[in-house]
Amino acid sequence: MNDSVTSQDTDRTADASPIVRLDKVDKHFGNLHVMQEIDLSVAHGEVVVIIGASGSGKSTLIRCVNGLEPFQSGRIEVDGKTLMPNGASGKSLQAVRTEVGMVFQQFNLFPHLSIRDNVTLAPRKVRGVTRDQANAIADKLLERVGIADQADKYPTQLSGGQQQRVALARALAMEPRLMLFDEPTSALDPEMIGEVLDAMRELANDGMTMMIVTHEMGFAREVADRVVFVHGGQIVEQGPPEQLFDHPRHERTQAFLSRVLKH
Amino acid sequence: MEFNFQFDWQAAIESLPFLLKGLPYTLLISFAGLAIGFLIGIIFGLMRIGPTRWLRWPAVVYVEVFRGTPVLVQVLFIFYGLPTLLGGPINALTAGIAAIALNAGAYISEIVRGGVQSIERGQREAGLSLGLSPPQTFRYVIWPQALRRMIPALGNQGIVSIKDTSLFSVIGVGELVRQGQVYIANTFTALEVYFMIALLYLAITLSLSLALSLLERKGLVG
Repeated sequence: MNDSVTSQDTDRTADASPIVRLDKVDKHFGNLHVMQEIDLSVAHGEVVVIIGASGSGKSTLIRCVNGLEPFQSGRIEVDGKTLMPNGASGKSLQAVRTEVGMVFQQFNLFPHLSIRDNVTLAPRKVRGVTRDQANAIADKLLERVGIADQADKYPTQLSGGQQQRVALARALAMEPRLMLFDEPTSALDPEMIGEVLDAMRELANDGMTMMIVTHEMGFAREVADRVVFVHGGQIVEQGPPEQLFDHPRHERTQAFLSRVLKH
Repeated sequence: MEFNFQFDWQAAIESLPFLLKGLPYTLLISFAGLAIGFLIGIIFGLMRIGPTRWLRWPAVVYVEVFRGTPVLVQVLFIFYGLPTLLGGPINALTAGIAAIALNAGAYISEIVRGGVQSIERGQREAGLSLGLSPPQTFRYVIWPQALRRMIPALGNQGIVSIKDTSLFSVIGVGELVRQGQVYIANTFTALEVYFMIALLYLAITLSLSLALSLLERKGLVG
């Protein structure tokens, strides 16, 4: 067991110490037990895909990792910083968010800012990068996600797929050590899903540590190092994609997969 | 049917120089009152929805009191009532500005609250997820969008408050209506003078509407 991640200079190369570790994380929404003592670790460079029916708690799980959802007991360690239950994380909350990027289902771009300013806002205000430097970073990232020529436009002038790629660039501008994806393609028209998945695939190939909630099972099978199946606020089964998709052991996993794979 | 009264354009135009002496007061009370009211509105509107719970109830009480009582009563209270408490007279102009500020402030608090609450939760989450602090997220993400949505309602409030200044003729502020009353007492040209006063109010309120619609259009992108 590795339970002493204390500083920034953890081993980046090996999976000696996990970058994320959930330890008996428990969360209720009123009577609903959305997370039941969840234990989960993610290694550096690992791509973990979380699947499950809607309402299973999979989105809540990754939203806890950057403190967007409070939880009632347990603890979460992210890159050596600890998130505590009931919003008692103090300074480490913002520290975690600075190191963890997130892409949302609804993109959540800032509609009052140009595409370039969407990408540069956080580096300028949080990291104190100058506007010129930030613009240079933004242009490079926008080129990487294939929208360099749209930098002066505003979010509503872009297609959904383009907006989501901007959202990815915006998160990457903070040079995160971990990326969270909360159903990044669920709000997209079918013809735009591919371009977003391509950008994510490229990111995974570059070695980014990623936690992805998605319904794209083909993508999960191809990109994931590990697939986690969540049901009723619990991790029911996890393993490499071949094992989980082709030989699911738990009957709930089998039932879920038979529903999502047969259509 | 024949009217035995003619609208006397000559008299209307002759009244103008005297009426215009009231314009600076109308404008001063309106703009000073609204500027202070906007500040009050931002402070109390944000107190109402801010993270500090015990700050909420004073904001609620303030809004209910000043929204639920007439401006006329408020200014009479300030001008005639408060001196008894303070032990000294209050300047009529100050009383007028204070009444507009406090009254508009109550309405603007609600406009601010509504504007900020209308911004989708995802905007705040996106700001926070990028490592912006909650105040930074408010300042750079929420507030600019909220302000833009507030413009039409703020314009309404501005127009209402400008018209409310006409009530302050009762405490002797030499604004447009008061100037008109004084003028009419000597010339008995009520029709012409009140018509001109109405035109002057319209000129002010239409300018404001125009300015705001330009502002809104300019910021329309995004």
